[in-house]
Amino acid sequence: MGEHIIKMPDIGEGVAEAELVEWTIEIGAQVREDDVLASVMTDKATVEIPAPKDGKIIWLGAEIGDTVAVGSPIIRMEVDGEGNIQPGETVEVVKTEKPAREPEAKPEAAPKTEAKSAPPAPTVKTTSPPPAPRRATGEKPLAAPSVRRRAMDAGVDLRRVAGSGPVGRILHEDLDLYLSNADAEVAPAASGTLKADTSTKEIKVVGLRRKIAEQMSRAKSRIPHITYVDEIDVTAVEELRERLNKERKEGQAKLTLLPFLMRAMAKAIKDQPQMNARFDDDAGVIHQSGGMHMGVAAQTDNGLVVPVVRHVEARSLRECAAEVARLAEAARTGTATRDELSGSTITITSLGKLGGIVTTPVINHPEVAIVGVNKMRTLPVWQDGEFVPRKMMNLSSSFDHRVIDGWDAAVFVQRIKGLLESPATIFIED
Amino acid sequence: MSHLKCKFLVIGAGPGGYVAAIRAGQLGLDTIIVDAEALGGTCLNVGCIPSKALIHAADEFEKATHFSGQNALGISVSQPTLDLKQTISWKDGIVKQLTGGVGGLLRKAKVKVVEGWAEFLDGKTVKVTSKDGETKITAETICIATGSTAVELPNLPFGDDVLSSTEALSLPTVPETMAVIGAGYIGLELGMAYAKLGAKVTIVEREDRILPLYDSELTKPVSARMKELGIELRLKTSAKAHNNGLLSVISESGSEDTFAAETVLVTVGRKPVTEGWGRENLVLDMDGPFIKIDSRCRTAMNGIYAIGDLTGEPMLAHRAMAQGEMVAEIVAGHKRDWDKQVIPAICFTDPEIVSAGLSAEEAKAKGLDIITASFPLAANGRSLAIERTDGFVRIVARKDNHLVLGLQAVGKGCAELSSGFGLAIEMGTRLEDIGGTIHAHPTQGEAVQEAALRALGHALHI
Repeated sequence: MGEHIIKMPDIGEGVAEAELVEWTIEIGAQVREDDVLASVMTDKATVEIPAPKDGKIIWLGAEIGDTVAVGSPIIRMEVDGEGNIQPGETVEVVKTEKPAREPEAKPEAAPKTEAKSAPPAPTVKTTSPPPAPRRATGEKPLAAPSVRRRAMDAGVDLRRVAGSGPVGRILHEDLDLYLSNADAEVAPAASGTLKADTSTKEIKVVGLRRKIAEQMSRAKSRIPHITYVDEIDVTAVEELRERLNKERKEGQAKLTLLPFLMRAMAKAIKDQPQMNARFDDDAGVIHQSGGMHMGVAAQTDNGLVVPVVRHVEARSLRECAAEVARLAEAARTGTATRDELSGSTITITSLGKLGGIVTTPVINHPEVAIVGVNKMRTLPVWQDGEFVPRKMMNLSSSFDHRVIDGWDAAVFVQRIKGLLESPATIFIED
Repeated sequence: MSHLKCKFLVIGAGPGGYVAAIRAGQLGLDTIIVDAEALGGTCLNVGCIPSKALIHAADEFEKATHFSGQNALGISVSQPTLDLKQTISWKDGIVKQLTGGVGGLLRKAKVKVVEGWAEFLDGKTVKVTSKDGETKITAETICIATGSTAVELPNLPFGDDVLSSTEALSLPTVPETMAVIGAGYIGLELGMAYAKLGAKVTIVEREDRILPLYDSELTKPVSARMKELGIELRLKTSAKAHNNGLLSVISESGSEDTFAAETVLVTVGRKPVTEGWGRENLVLDMDGPFIKIDSRCRTAMNGIYAIGDLTGEPMLAHRAMAQGEMVAEIVAGHKRDWDKQVIPAICFTDPEIVSAGLSAEEAKAKGLDIITASFPLAANGRSLAIERTDGFVRIVARKDNHLVLGLQAVGKGCAELSSGFGLAIEMGTRLEDIGGTIHAHPTQGEAVQEAALRALGHALHI
């Protein structure tokens, strides 16, 4: 019997650390070669770690949510034959510390960190005392100093807490009970079949969700957004789209509005290249990109991902449609590669039927613009002295106001509006 | 005049003040502490610490004297001699080490120390006068910790051969005869020490007993030891005057007497220092001679706290320290309230007396139905082995639920039992808890467990 140690694999691209997002086995599990043991995630790609040989899991070196340095041991297995380390040899897990989000002035400032309950006291056999009467009215509550301090910090008057300890002494457990009941008291009283639910579920923010959280707060805290909304008459482009779909050849992707928007945007960006950029605000440099790499925000079961259609400027309408369909499928099944999920220079976001009439899209940092597609509706529009039914849709777009002026933002959206309202102009060569 | 500003200002660097300042510094408050004298206050400089040093020296000297005569241990040494000057300079070294340590702790907590005499100009401003000039300090919150000073007798003003405890800790030689006025703990501690150093000590007390703060059961072993050391005790007697090495006294019945007393040590109590620091410029409520405070050490004025001897009995360093810690935490925004159950008190006589919580009389006076038991050190192995079987440990508990209300002890070395006493009461233990805790053998502490067992009716070793 030997011991085999599995280290955090080098995922490439200069990635120095990865976050453990899932254990698919537990300690003691018998595994076969190639069984998946764990999933780790880097910036955007998720990688599974397979078992190198048959064996039994004897040690796991990280917890879900830990960020572990590449090369750091994360799993130990007991294997037949020789392993790759001496049994019992110590190994060190190198967890990379996340910087504290809120540097507290002093640890003292957070009295909440106090132990929730005292360790159980050694039980001592004693002669049983006479049955102790409960605390009489007006008598001082009896409690150990640590209990009193906790109560004080929580703003609890110990006179109101029943003690279950000897002589009615108030224990940490009694205080716990009182505090949980106090929560319940605040909730409305139960009436009929409706009951107040005072439970709280703790959900660790890990993996993709954490990435999303970090990305969102980075975007919102760093970028002063300006959001501009205008309505677009999409009747013409819809007619064109339906017609093209009818004429669709086998093997061609069905057209949605999205490729039209992408092509319109490509055209608008040609006039205003500053929209297609990544702003390195630490360095104070805008990297204006020639290639138009459009991120298309997509909802998956785990949350938001943004697959990227590369070089839209060089793709035809149908090619755009095909690429969007392919990427959406890859994102949904989780097979999108790291490359396919990064490197966008501008982003489009759409909630389809749930698009609402206005959104305030969050810019995909470090980009400088995002175009949000709202729901399409048929509305009565006053035209030539009468109401006519028109297919209307809003575009809600946000811009990094540090580098894009409101005027330019408006011009950009108006240009897209003009192109979509007269779709033939999208395809006219300049 | 230079001008300083801070969040928290502490006036007085005694045990209350310096603890408040250190804790405030730890909590990140911008803190200044002011004192005109060396850091550490009465306690470190002229109180607890130097007196314990002198008492230790006296014990050692007395031991040597004891072994120069007939003794049970079969040790023989020649008659010892004493160079009190060297003893005092050794004691001063300890004091210096500790006050220096306080300075280091304050530095570590980033507290600024300002030397000089502080005087309030108003509720937020203090003027500090030192030999280098004047400094104005403006603070958001101020904690007054000016402490206490020895009470003087009008007919025996301090000076020349009439000493307060301060001077008694720095005498150049051991006086041949010494009168101690007042048989409280300070008078007895120092009187016994000087008796051991070779002085003929007479203790004069107006009341009919020594150590009126402790019950007579506890003081009896001390009285016995005083007699052994040749200390004369004159009860129900007042001192009248001291002239040419003679002290004249008058007894309650009116009979007058005069006896030789090279020096007179006046230890008739201590009083809070409530004058001299600009109290007249504040609007503070008083509680008798003390500054009135609430359970958070707040005075009548917003943003002004008071702690320590200034705020009432018991005037003990460890009470002041706990108050100081609490005030700093309150100022830092924590919810705190004085919730201490017990402040143990120790009298470093020979034998030592320690008391925590209620005595039997005090408990009865509160209308509590109690059981009490004591265990004599004569039945304790360790006490026999150190040749000191005088004394006992006593426990007082509620009869209905056996909650321990008080623990007292008298005996050589019993001061160290105080931490266990305090813990037992603060934790709310019952007789069964103490009886059920293994107390290491062979120690005097076993007597504590035995006292609890005895109260339960089943002591093992008596």
